[in-house]
Amino acid sequence: MTTTSEKLLNIENLVLHFKTSGGSVQAVDGVDFELGTNRAVVILGESGCGKTSLSKALLRLLPRNVDKYSGKVFLQNQDVMLLNDEEYRQNVRWVGISLVPQAAMNALNPVLKVGDQVAEPAMIHLGLSKAEAYGLVYKMFQHVGVPADFVARYPFELSGGMRQRVALAMALVTSPSLIVLDEPTSALDLLTQANIMNVLKRIKHELGTSFILITHDIATSSELADEVAIMYAGQIVENGDAKDFFPAPLHPYSQMLMASVPRLRSDSDPMFITGQPPSLMNPPAGCRFAARCPFRFEKCSQEPPVFQKGNRKVKCWLYQ
Amino acid sequence: MNADMITELRKGNNMTVEIKESRETLLSIRDLHVWYELRRFGFGRAGYVKAVDNVSFELAEGETVAVVGESGCGKSSLMKTILGLNIPTSGEVVFDGKNLAQLKASELRDYRFEIGYVQQDPYGALPPFMTVQQILEEPLIISGVKNKEERLERIRKAMDEVKLHPSDDFLPKFPHMLSGGQQQRIVIARAMILQPRLIVADEPVSMLDASVRVEILKLMRALQEKYHLSVIYITHDLSTVKYFSARIFVMYAGNLIEKADTRQLLDNPLHPYTTALLAATSDPDAHNADSYKEVPPGEPPSLANPPKGCRFHPRCSKIINGLCDEKEPVEFEPVPEHFVACWLYQPK
Repeated sequence: MTTTSEKLLNIENLVLHFKTSGGSVQAVDGVDFELGTNRAVVILGESGCGKTSLSKALLRLLPRNVDKYSGKVFLQNQDVMLLNDEEYRQNVRWVGISLVPQAAMNALNPVLKVGDQVAEPAMIHLGLSKAEAYGLVYKMFQHVGVPADFVARYPFELSGGMRQRVALAMALVTSPSLIVLDEPTSALDLLTQANIMNVLKRIKHELGTSFILITHDIATSSELADEVAIMYAGQIVENGDAKDFFPAPLHPYSQMLMASVPRLRSDSDPMFITGQPPSLMNPPAGCRFAARCPFRFEKCSQEPPVFQKGNRKVKCWLYQ
Repeated sequence: MNADMITELRKGNNMTVEIKESRETLLSIRDLHVWYELRRFGFGRAGYVKAVDNVSFELAEGETVAVVGESGCGKSSLMKTILGLNIPTSGEVVFDGKNLAQLKASELRDYRFEIGYVQQDPYGALPPFMTVQQILEEPLIISGVKNKEERLERIRKAMDEVKLHPSDDFLPKFPHMLSGGQQQRIVIARAMILQPRLIVADEPVSMLDASVRVEILKLMRALQEKYHLSVIYITHDLSTVKYFSARIFVMYAGNLIEKADTRQLLDNPLHPYTTALLAATSDPDAHNADSYKEVPPGEPPSLANPPKGCRFHPRCSKIINGLCDEKEPVEFEPVPEHFVACWLYQPK
């Protein structure tokens, strides 16, 4: 298996299933996508579609009830799935990929000064002294727009937006080539959201970092996206360039999802998708969206392969 | 007066309203101040948190209005005062000609039968140990519907209204067995079951997925039209407002800073804060990624110690020095029916 050198990340057939008393939950079921250097991909999907599990699978932050965890994840041409847990911890997590978890603002340790918290990954993973690490902390605080004197503050002394910036600084301090952001703006106010998206854009331009942005907020995600991947019931159903996707989504689910976004600057009447996503415990055979799809036909009872349409990919029989 | 009689009277009321198409004032808020006392070591007063400061507006029968603002701007305090859960520091809340402050406890209870409350987080708003039937039956029992058959009848009707069918399948279920959208329907059904005249909806769709959000908004819209309800829709999301509300009030740091018809406000925002809010709202568009957004610097002020003069002046790019940082702006009406509390619009 060869991968092109400009690709930073290449995921092939990533699978993460969880064991539960009711059976196996297929949270991530055969996900493929790739990402170039200094690019941002948005993984869009509704709650329960497996997007957070995908971020966990990427960072190998797995709960105890894993049933199946397989596939290939090439990070800079190295298959990190072949590493054992200790090698993964030392060589990949933080230094290769770091994570800004969901509700990152509440993920900070309440009894440690934020400067110490941001310095910690640099001390552990880069082997720096505390003074050296603090040098990096000041630099990162400048990038994310936190005043330097905030290093001596505790998380409760900071507003939500500032805490989110601190969490971002922590993810940046080890200069990883890829940052996974799980719902980075969902708990924030409108103006704070716009601010954080500005910060992410600036970091992307100044530091050349790549991003995987996991969110359900389609409008806000378009602020950062170079590429869009739509996730439905554990699978990626469409993947392509944002400039192609936003004006004309291909997959019926993507089309309906886009049509459901209320817009400020247009009078279009938003639609909604009837029905509910299938249970990931026992997903239907064939296309997983078929039951809610207005375009379904006989073929849809078989699982569609991924069709290439120009440089876009779509998992739907309509594009055979 | 028992609840059934109230219901009968209300039906009569509704009919006359529909025939006359009149716009009688249902709720009127006059110079409302809601301040919370800050205590020092449990004794003495360290000051006040001025959560709602000098707010006045009127809401007509059958009118929908959105209150838009960021967290901490006082919109929840305003809402709780309207629901009768907060006692105003000064000013009055007048509902249908009755001043809330002068109601006796039993009258306040009857008042609460006339308002429905749709909470933000449906799962948190539904008791986890009660079935759907128990949840919907409770307000009926409290309001004095004695007949069990009648209660069941009204529960079925309410569930039909929020499009949960077949209702018998849902009645024995517990909230955790329902999806987020279904839970929110139950919350709406509970708010509607006593046939209120006013609904207060606090971010009713912010916890829901994009595809369900519109469905719930449309459902609430349909119920509003069918029953000629007055609705106060509290939100931070400007993009959903126009599908639901005829008027918008923008709230910042305890003040209502701009009031106008929805279309007028979205097309011609006057206050610099409203302009900033609109500019920060994204529509899905790949070109968004090419440019930075303009966001006013800083953060909303502490309500315990708000800035002198206009509360937005430290963040405002159009500040008039010596005026905005000194004197609190009064409400101007530069365009008919479009009110704005900003010195920029002072008539010359």
